[in-house]
Amino acid sequence: MNHQVRVRDIVNELECEVAAGAGWLDNQVSFGYSSDLLSDVMAGAGQGDVWVTVQIHQNIVAVASLTGVSAIIVAGGANPAHETVLKADEEGIPLLTTAKPSFEVSGMLYLMGIRGRVKK
Amino acid sequence: MRLEYHVVGRDFQAAGGAAAKIKRTLRQIGIDAETARRVGIVAYEAEMNIVIHAYRGTVGIDILPERVNIYADDEGPGISDIALAMQVGYSTAPEDIREMGFGAGLGLPNMKRYSDELEVESQVGSGTSIRAVINLPTKEGS
Repeated sequence: MNHQVRVRDIVNELECEVAAGAGWLDNQVSFGYSSDLLSDVMAGAGQGDVWVTVQIHQNIVAVASLTGVSAIIVAGGANPAHETVLKADEEGIPLLTTAKPSFEVSGMLYLMGIRGRVKK
Repeated sequence: MRLEYHVVGRDFQAAGGAAAKIKRTLRQIGIDAETARRVGIVAYEAEMNIVIHAYRGTVGIDILPERVNIYADDEGPGISDIALAMQVGYSTAPEDIREMGFGAGLGLPNMKRYSDELEVESQVGSGTSIRAVINLPTKEGS
């Protein structure tokens, strides 16, 4: 398990755009979670996770804030809604975007040493 | 100590705000992270159910020495078959809501899973009331 990974490393490795939360790129990443169903993320993601999704509406920031994830990666080339960007800046949550699809993003995160959280 | 918030149906802009405030307050008063997480999940699901399905309602918690009671009451269409609604994957949410990643049929199952006690009462055409209990960890176990 690589506990040294920071959000900044993901931005560099995956060549993500930083749409919001640029001041929080030193957040440490613990685990990874990929899902587009918000209740599933609520139940499955945890403190410090990097969350990969294709959802772009502002409620993803509420879910990110509640679960305490270290960053959201919007995959598949979708552009987050304006309100989502504003809210992520307000809450201090890095919002990254990439044209790479979810599968590709998750695979690259895994190669960086990030693993899924094993549910208790 | 009681916290209570109004929730407006279809207001996706504010949705999740009540749960976030509840979780933040619990952490501020020294409740452990895991309990705050569980209360946050249950409150979020209760809040989202009102946003998605009801016209309006309230979500709140009572913080007691040994447990947190969570309550949610709404004016809405009600649930005709609660046992069915408790099943993972069952949802009556409309398509546009599902496309946003809501209405996956995980709301009530999540509430059940993360609470120690859960009661759902509903009257079709009137509304739904939810009562959940989350016990605080005992001093020895924390």
